Amino acid sequence: MAIFSVYVVNKAGGLLYQLDHYAPRADTEKTFSFPLDLVLRPHDERVVVAFGQRDGIRVGHAVLAINGAEVNGRCTADGKDVLEFLGNPANYPVSIRFGRHRLSSNEKLMLASMFHSLFAIGSQLSPEVGSSGIEMLETDTFKLHCFQTLTGIKFMVLADPRQAGIDSLLRKIYEIYSDFALKNPFYSLEMPIRCELFDQNLKLALEVAEKSGPFGPGS
Amino acid sequence: QNSELFTLTYGALVTQLCKDYENDEDVNKQLDKMGYNIGVRLIEDFLARSNVGRCHDFRETADVIAKIAFKMYLGITPSITNWSPGGDEFSLILENNPLVDFVELPDNHSSLIYSNLLCGVLRGALEMVQMAVDVKFVQDTLKGDSVTEIRMKFIRRIEDNLPAGEE
Repeated sequence: MAIFSVYVVNKAGGLLYQLDHYAPRADTEKTFSFPLDLVLRPHDERVVVAFGQRDGIRVGHAVLAINGAEVNGRCTADGKDVLEFLGNPANYPVSIRFGRHRLSSNEKLMLASMFHSLFAIGSQLSPEVGSSGIEMLETDTFKLHCFQTLTGIKFMVLADPRQAGIDSLLRKIYEIYSDFALKNPFYSLEMPIRCELFDQNLKLALEVAEKSGPFGPGS
Repeated sequence: QNSELFTLTYGALVTQLCKDYENDEDVNKQLDKMGYNIGVRLIEDFLARSNVGRCHDFRETADVIAKIAFKMYLGITPSITNWSPGGDEFSLILENNPLVDFVELPDNHSSLIYSNLLCGVLRGALEMVQMAVDVKFVQDTLKGDSVTEIRMKFIRRIEDNLPAGEE
């Protein structure tokens, strides 16, 4: 999967739509006996590995599940504090699943709003008037492409750095938005997009874009 | 593509509004409102498909509206005339109006602006690209005039909630 996510942000910076399109990252589940040879610590709303990388478990990975039951932030499924639970030898042997924490919807909302602000700052930094704003943010693991319409809506696509054709994908997403969100009379402007047809057509467009990129057949 | 269904649908809409509101002024207002709601959505379709960039002055706007937008949605290309000295007002002259094919305005609806939906559409669409405009019909073939004339006046640039980069 070379296209990772799509974000649609309204002109006030509110997140209208978000889609994650990548296969879930490999989680690692192992059985442990007391004492745990990994050092865990709380971080924000999760419990993460601070020290003791091994067997696919990396520093920064969060505790995702204990004994098969997904944890809820810093608590186990049945409400006990994770660190307390894992500090008690009576609870061992225990099976813990570690993995990279996936962003919660709140975190995505905040990130979209933050990007919206950065985008505005980016335009103000421009030495010329009428800057397009941030078009691309590049890192070694992904490229974030952004397109702002004349009406202030932003479409953002996070993709593999080698993935081509994102510009036309962004325009295509604009078309899909104007068709399946705006032409749906029951969709209210500036509100989160919850339209089945929008989802379906967007996913289709992502698949088409991925196939025609550098990873497509015959390339 | 056959436009009868479109003309008939619009006609059904207007006549139903006439029954619901009983006076022409209210119908005109409703048509404008409905047009506005269409305009704020249609603009995105227009921008997504036509790929036009931002207009730098009202003359460019007039050109885009007459030559691209009207052509795209109604299949007609009105002519642009009667520019005000300040360049903030112009007229669109429509030789024919697809909305009024087969329509005759009866005497008891002499103040009805049959195609007022169009005014709302233009107003709503331009508002979304930060232009406040006033749009009205000044001539109407339905009322016996030789052409249909829509007058568009630029009021002001909408400064709140400007997209970044437009300051």
